[in-house]
Amino acid sequence: MSGFVFPNEMEINWSLLIVLYPYITGLVAGAFIVSALYHVFNRRQLAPVGRLALVTALSFLIVAPMPLLLHLGQPVRGLEIMWTPNPTSAMAGFGYIYSFYMVILLLEIWFIFRSDIVAHARSSRGIARLGYTVLSLGAWDTSPRTLEQDHRLTTVLASIGIPAAAFLHGYVGFIFGAIKANPWWSTPLQPVIFLLSAIVSGMALLMLVYAVTCWRRKEAVDHQCLMSLNKYLWYFLILDVCLEVLEVISKMYEAEEAWPVIYQLLTAYLPVTFFGLQLALGAVVPLVLLTVARRAGSRSGQALTLLSAALILVGVFSMRWNVVIGGQMLSKSLRGFTAYHPPFLGLEGVLPAVVILALPFVILAVVCRIIPPWSQKAAGEEYYSSDVEVSA
Amino acid sequence: MRLSRRDFLVKGVQLAAGGLVATTVVGKVWPAGTTLAQGKEAPRDWTRVWEEHEWAFVVDTRRCIGCGRCVVACKKENGVPLEAEVTRTWVEQYAVMADGRTEVISPHGGQDGFAETKVTGEMSKAFFVPKLCNQCEKPPCVKVCPVAATYQTGDGVVLVDRERCIGCRYCIQACPYGARFLHPELHVADKCTWCYHRITKGLLPACVQTCPTGARQFGDLKAPDSAVKKILEEQPSNVLKPAMGTEPQVYYLALDRVVI
Repeated sequence: MSGFVFPNEMEINWSLLIVLYPYITGLVAGAFIVSALYHVFNRRQLAPVGRLALVTALSFLIVAPMPLLLHLGQPVRGLEIMWTPNPTSAMAGFGYIYSFYMVILLLEIWFIFRSDIVAHARSSRGIARLGYTVLSLGAWDTSPRTLEQDHRLTTVLASIGIPAAAFLHGYVGFIFGAIKANPWWSTPLQPVIFLLSAIVSGMALLMLVYAVTCWRRKEAVDHQCLMSLNKYLWYFLILDVCLEVLEVISKMYEAEEAWPVIYQLLTAYLPVTFFGLQLALGAVVPLVLLTVARRAGSRSGQALTLLSAALILVGVFSMRWNVVIGGQMLSKSLRGFTAYHPPFLGLEGVLPAVVILALPFVILAVVCRIIPPWSQKAAGEEYYSSDVEVSA
Repeated sequence: MRLSRRDFLVKGVQLAAGGLVATTVVGKVWPAGTTLAQGKEAPRDWTRVWEEHEWAFVVDTRRCIGCGRCVVACKKENGVPLEAEVTRTWVEQYAVMADGRTEVISPHGGQDGFAETKVTGEMSKAFFVPKLCNQCEKPPCVKVCPVAATYQTGDGVVLVDRERCIGCRYCIQACPYGARFLHPELHVADKCTWCYHRITKGLLPACVQTCPTGARQFGDLKAPDSAVKKILEEQPSNVLKPAMGTEPQVYYLALDRVVI
């Protein structure tokens, strides 16, 4: 603590766990957008990650409410947000938006994987067969006509999913951006910035997950796919950074009452995480590396792209930190700052945060065992060839 | 008797409507809550009782001596641990220096007074500012509560339903005045209620009762000979952070411009 902070501001109220929440939902939204680029906009070069993107989104979506629940003063009452919501509260929408998105995602995954599930059910025995039969919900018809129907429904669901994903994350930005009491949070740009950084982080995550799964399965990374992601990542990243910088520049230019403390916050309290990690290492360096990567050789190009993805993941995490923690360090007295050092142990410590961040990967590994998303390329080509036949 | 689906639906609606009318009539003749134990006492219409008053709080910064008795009284009255940093009300000490700097302190919310204050340099003026919940007419905390656990009463006080609060702390973020906190023992949002349990019984809030100099005054703007109303009509007053659009109902007399 330094300067003067109000007595009720001695401790930070939204801790590390609340940094994780927008980070994790952001990864979900980003991964989903990649799947939509493939399933809705027919970017066929993304075929190798089209299905992986969906199961990645699901794995992270399952974990998304966990940091919130752990953080509640009364976690047992958490579901009240669904039963007795306050219509004027931005936060009350969470349960509904989350559930809606979960339903869309589950349906889409089911339709996309249905023929696989049926095939697994036909070829397995015992408990596995029972499990796959349950997963198939008894829909065993895999005639070309029904598959075509599945495909069309998938496109519809993915199309609904895009605004849902955008809403899920833009909305998280609104939770912060609509708090007039906090001069560092309050900006209408916040939802857009959150959405763009979400897309960026989710794409970066997917690239890394894809590379690691290829390496684990001893398969070559699809160069065209990775470079295509590289390009999309670059476009979204440049938009994201521009808006993040624009926000600070307009605050600086308008120089309202709170600007001197915001300036102090950025230069004295968040210089490493804001200028160092969020802007330099998490945005400028990846922008350069991604450009270089597209012109480099196959192996080095891939390495540089993946390195950029890793840097971006760090950068977006720092951005979440700078918003959530930074905004609370700044006292509403505009005269001081509250310090925050997360403890290692305890409900809101570093350890549970690490566990929560690791959990989606465990879930992803399990999901990938049950419904392997790898056969995408063959299946994708099948779908599109049948598309051509139908339209012809 | 055979009923077609249409008849069944029509009959069902009629029956439901009849039931509704019957219960309403019974309710009017024999209002809920009028039990034998209560005898023939006229039932009170609580929605009207709620709007009988319009409470207002006046803080005169020239009178506050920074003794901190109000903070102690508040904590004791409202079950906020004395040793906790968090508090429903607090006192800030301002020292405006000759070179234009402003130094503000509020050690432990000022509950132990300001005996050990040391200021370096030449001081041009100094004063104390008691702070508490402004019971905003347009409270951002009420707007953001996801489960409507925090609400505004008919007489203009913002309260927290402890049975309902989920402890998400969004209201704490939304309050521009730092008036809210998470209760360290109950793990629900907590705030000044102007001692709602006292004022609804005709008593004064604990801090007002305790204040030895009359720096804190409290009253009902709807009362015929309201003292606070007279003050607000006769003297220039101000509120904290008026640009927030929250319309506070704690009115400050002689509020210096350095106070935020």
